[in-house]
Formats: sequence, C-alpha cells, structure tokens
Amino acid sequence: MLKKGLEVKSPRAAYGETLVELGAQNKDIVVLDADLSCSTQTCKFQKAYPERFFNSGIAEQDMMCTAAGLATEGKIPFVSTFAMFATARCLDQIRNSICYPRLNVKIVATHGGITVGEDGASHQALEDVSYMRSLPDMTVIVPADYNEVKQVIKYVSEIHGPVYVRLARTNLKTVFDESEYVFNPEKAVKVKEGSDVTLITNGETLSEVISCANMLQNDGISAEVLHVPVAKPFFAAGDIIESVKKTGIAITVENHSIIGGLGSAVCEVLSENLPSRVLRIGTPDCFGQSGEQRELMNFYGLTDEKLYKTISGYLGKK
Amino acid sequence: MNKFNATVRSDILKMIHNAKSGHPGGSLSCVEILSVLYNKILNISPEWKKSPDFEKRDRFILSKGHASAALYSVLARKGFFAPEELMTFRKLGTRLQGHPSTRTKLEGIEVSTGSLGQGLSMAVGVALALKLNNNPARVYALLGDGEMQEGSVWEALMSASHKGLDNLTVIIDKNNLQIDGDVNDVKSLEPLDEKLEAFGWQVSEVDGHNEEEIETAIKNAVKSGKLCAIIANTIKGKGVSFMEDNAGWHGKAPNDDELKRALEELNA
Repeated sequence: MLKKGLEVKSPRAAYGETLVELGAQNKDIVVLDADLSCSTQTCKFQKAYPERFFNSGIAEQDMMCTAAGLATEGKIPFVSTFAMFATARCLDQIRNSICYPRLNVKIVATHGGITVGEDGASHQALEDVSYMRSLPDMTVIVPADYNEVKQVIKYVSEIHGPVYVRLARTNLKTVFDESEYVFNPEKAVKVKEGSDVTLITNGETLSEVISCANMLQNDGISAEVLHVPVAKPFFAAGDIIESVKKTGIAITVENHSIIGGLGSAVCEVLSENLPSRVLRIGTPDCFGQSGEQRELMNFYGLTDEKLYKTISGYLGKK
Repeated sequence: MNKFNATVRSDILKMIHNAKSGHPGGSLSCVEILSVLYNKILNISPEWKKSPDFEKRDRFILSKGHASAALYSVLARKGFFAPEELMTFRKLGTRLQGHPSTRTKLEGIEVSTGSLGQGLSMAVGVALALKLNNNPARVYALLGDGEMQEGSVWEALMSASHKGLDNLTVIIDKNNLQIDGDVNDVKSLEPLDEKLEAFGWQVSEVDGHNEEEIETAIKNAVKSGKLCAIIANTIKGKGVSFMEDNAGWHGKAPNDDELKRALEELNA
C-alpha cells in the first residue's frame, strides 16, 4: 500500500488533473474559482472546458451562492479558492445556501494550514476544518498525498451533498502507492501497526508522522499510525477506539489548530466511548506568521524530528 | 385592491398573528409584485414536480426571504398546496419555515433564503445552469431595498452583467424602510438607479402597487433581451393604515385587536 522510494508531487496538480478527467466523463461538472485558478489548478479545467468554468473574480461570497444556484439545477459545482477565503469569509453562504438546502456543492480549498508560508497569518487557514466540521450535513476530507487526492476528488464527485476538501499548498511526499492504495472513506488507514501509542493524523502531516514513528521504533517505542482523511462524518471512530484500547494513549497531529479539528474529533469520540489520555499536536490557539514552509513546520512542532521530541517527552512522563 | 391581493394580505396577517411572529411590513409591500408574477408572468404549474413541464418552469427566487408569508399565501392561493397549511406557518414541524427552505419540500420553493444578500447570486447560478442546459426558462429574483446594503448583492449584480445573463430579471421591493428606520437614514442607497446602471443594468421604475405598471415593466424587460432591474416603489405595510410606512411593523405580529382592525380595512 505504501509507496516505495521517494517521490514528491503536488496535491493541487492532482486536483486539477482529476477535474479534467471527471469533466470529460460528466458534463454536469462545473468549476468556479475566485481569481486563484492557477494556484488552485482549476485553470486546467478552464482550458479544457471553458464553457463550464466560471471565474467569479475576487468575490468569494458571490461564488459560493452562484455554486448553490448551479447545484439547485442539477449541476455538480467544484468551488475553489484558498482555504482561508473559502471558509472564513463564506461561512454564512456555505451554511445557509449550501448545507441547509443540502446542495451538491464540492468546496475544494487549497492552501490549508500553516504551510501557506511567507504570506503569513492573513492567508494561513488554521481553523477551516473546525468551521466546516461544525456544519450539519457537511463532509470534510483532508487527504495526504497526490495519489489520495486523485481518488478523493473522484469519490466526492460521486456522492451527493456538500463536501469540503482541504488541500495543502506544499508539494508532498507520496505516501501511498498509486496501484495498491484504495481510498476507503469509512475506515482509518492503518499505515503502521504498533502497540505502545496510537498516532492519529491526516493531510500533509501524515508523512511526518510516519517518519516520526520510525524514529520512535529505534528507541523501542511501537507506535501505531492511523491516517484519518475523513474528518466528518467521523467514520473512523471505531478504528480509533479499537487501536486506543490496545495502546492506551492517543496522540493527534494536524496542520491545523488544536481546537475543533482532528484532535477535537478524536477527543469527542474517546471521551464518550473510551476515556483515554490524548495529546493534541497542532498549532496552538494562535495566529500563524510569515516564514518558509519548513521553518514554520519546525516552529510549530510539526516536522518529524519535532514530533519525535514532543512525543518521546510525553511518553517518558507516563 | 383586487380580491386576490386582499386575500393574500389577509392570509399574511392571519398567519403572522397565529404564529405570534413574522414580518408583516415587507410581506405586505410585495403583494402586488408577487401577484403579477404568479398570475401573469411566470410560466409555472402548481402541480410543481408532478407537472410534465416542470423543467421548463420559470424560476422565482425570493431573496428577501423574510417576506415568506406573502410567498406562501400566493403559492397556496394558486394551488401549489392547500391553503389550510398556511396556518402552520412558523409552528414546530411545519413545511412553512420562518424563512423559505427547500428542506421541507414545500411545493413552489426553489431555494432556501433568509440570510440576506444571497438570493441574487443563487439566481445567477440558476440562470447560468439554464443557459448551459439550453433551457429557455427565465429567472426572476425579488430583493428588498434594505437588502441591497449587503455587499454581496453588488458582487452578484456585477457577475450577472459580466456574464450577460439576459434570462434574469431583478425586481427590487423599494419600501424605503428597514428594521432600524428609514433606509436613507440607516445607509442610503441613492442614487439607486444610477448605481444599477453603472453596474450594467437597464433600470425601470414603477409604482409597486400598480399591477399594470409592474406587468408592463416586466414584459418590457423580457422583450428587451437585456439585463433589467425594476425598482418597484412600494409602501411598507401596504393595505393596513396603521402599518403603512411604519418601520415598527417590520417584524412584529398584530395582536387580536390589531388583526381585527386590519381585516376590517381589507374587507376580508
């Protein structure tokens, strides 16, 4: 299932390419963007099917409700911009005009998390999963690499209802082998088997967590790694409970605030079903800042080495 | 006032009285506009989804969703659903939610509205989809004047003209009042006609309680093949003397005595 050898690819490119493939098969697919089509890679769809591409200009609220109107008429709109503007700016539009009428709108936002980089806090969405997860009927997916993004985009085009897909800006290490990995929304992906601690993550931190787990292994700590791309509905709850029954400790890692995202979802499930020790790793209750992507990952403790230090220290205290 | 409009006005008042909440002022101001649309303009069957021509129906979007009582009454009186259901308005479990919702599958409701400033963008999306599908149906959106203080309305106005949506007509129920008072005091829209024109719209202005004027303006708008906005000058609370032109009646239910006096005025 895991990719052998090092490959680094853009999840955004995977999105753009998959849109073009889907557009050929399904004429109801339309795409909307707000003046960021090169960044989000929807420009690929625009080039292939200009008549089904709508640039709203820098008017995200208008874009969301236009998508709602298109979906009302049976179209399948994919709506893209940066995660910051897609969610925070348009929360009312998404809630009232998309989720409330349960419309078939696919919001695929790029530039989620701290790794937006030099643009700084105004562009770093650290709360987007939290916003989207709180909306009734919204599905929230945070895929981890190029190959998974391709399958996720295809999957969301086939299910009915509102979806939020969060993509990273960063070119990411390919974790999953394209010929072996099959995206299953209803399961946590057990990337590594272990018995001492359960590491739960999704999105661009998955490859860091895998690397961290290998470092822990060298110290004789057996970490189980669960990748949970679907943050809502939280189908993976059962898999998480099962794993933590075995290990007794859950540690969540995400490129997102520790408030309201994957860490919160895990706490909700465990506190109700299997009260356990949980450590949430992510950005604390703070705004981001400018910096290079790797510098920021390091600063906020999300690189493999920083995770290793934090987790070793935490486990040492047990 | 013709009988249909008097019936709608009395429905609105009875529904809001029965619910002990609702928005009489902005519902009463758009009765003639809705009446003209549903009686003379919209190509739409009350059989709704059971109609063989459902896909070809004209789409009406009530962007000022707080005028729901007016729309519900018109739909019921046109036979979309039984008028008896009107008295469930705003009650627990009703299909007649405080603001229109597609979730309750009420016949005649195209989109969910209520949060202001979103209906016109939805209308733009619907109009785009109709064009993609080569569907000759038209889209009509009714906005409130206070609602036009929402910036997203102007985003949508810009979108519609940029995209050349000649299958969309906008009607503005300009009753000059909003919750906190006179629109001109709260935040003036003037000169509204020039602003709309500057955004690429052809503008006409009518007496929003004169059915002939409304009908002519809409028909001219359709005929023109251009993007048209109709400013309908109306009176908030129209038809009930003590509610007319009084912002206090934006979102207040009449008590028993007030309902009685209002219905007497309407001869209903």
